[in-house]
Amino acid sequence: MKIQVEKLKDTLFLRLKGEFDMLTADEFRSAVDDHFDGKRVKNLILDISKVSFIDSSGLGAILARYKKIKQLNGNMVIVGAKPQVKRVLELSGVVKIIEVYDDEKSALMGLL
Amino acid sequence: MTVKDRGEIINYVQLEFLSVPENVSLSRVVVASFAAQLDLTLNDLEEIKVAVSEAVSNSIIHGYNNKPVGKVYVTVMRYEKELVIIVKDEGVGIKDVKKAMEAAYSTDPERMGLGFVFMKSFMDEVNVVSEPGKGTTVELVKKLELPKKTTGKQAPKE
Ligand SMILES: Nc1ncnc2c1ncn2[C@@H]1O[C@H](COP(=O)(O)OP(=O)(O)OP(=O)(O)O)[C@@H](O)[C@H]1O
Ligand SMILES: [Mg+2]
Repeated sequence: MKIQVEKLKDTLFLRLKGEFDMLTADEFRSAVDDHFDGKRVKNLILDISKVSFIDSSGLGAILARYKKIKQLNGNMVIVGAKPQVKRVLELSGVVKIIEVYDDEKSALMGLL
Repeated sequence: MTVKDRGEIINYVQLEFLSVPENVSLSRVVVASFAAQLDLTLNDLEEIKVAVSEAVSNSIIHGYNNKPVGKVYVTVMRYEKELVIIVKDEGVGIKDVKKAMEAAYSTDPERMGLGFVFMKSFMDEVNVVSEPGKGTTVELVKKLELPKKTTGKQAPKE
């Protein structure tokens, strides 16, 4: 999985590409922690529109980071999900907890 | 496992690998390539990939405690009317299989207990046999017989 990072004020954009499973969940975890631990970043916009596969390990990693960011008084939203990824998100109930937007612009609006 | 008579095996592929995370995607790719030769939809293939990923991840994470210490065996078999995938480990095993298969049940507080939920929703059959100290075998079955319906309606009968 490739992870592209961009910072805009107190909001971090993480753009993932590839397969999100138990192997790549670790890469995701450290990418988020690197930017949130002791830094001024508050919010996370997680763009998964280029994620081609996700399983329960990927979902677990997303949910754990969501809880952490919430605890730090920040917010996290998800952008884009291919149909097969969306099905897994829906079945897991993650969509009821974390908001999912179609594009980054509306996600940024949604954060405010 | 109740050994069902599924008829004759038309083809099969077997993998044996070390319990390391890199091998989860490898096993997904092999099973999906095997399944792609059959009359399945792209959606079926996506579902099979998730189910295989869950079973293999469980063997590595739970069976072998996330350590490169054991072997995982994945066998994918084609029968006339079914695709059968068997994921086997020789790890710690499961004390209460029925409980383990319940939604949201996990022995790991960091996890969500969704693996079996996905296996059950995405496959036609999920059979588990496990013995503490001996290991776990998960059988995942996808039916091939019925042509997949694209609408909810059935063709009118004569
Ligand atoms: N191969 C296995 N060996 C030992 N225990 C297992 C195995 N597979 C599953 N289990 C047990 O069954 C439980 C439920 O498995 P399931 O995949 O549904 O959830 P999980 O792995 O805990 O969480 P998630 O899949 O959401 O990451 C596990 O927590 C574990 O205790
Ligand atoms: Mg699991």
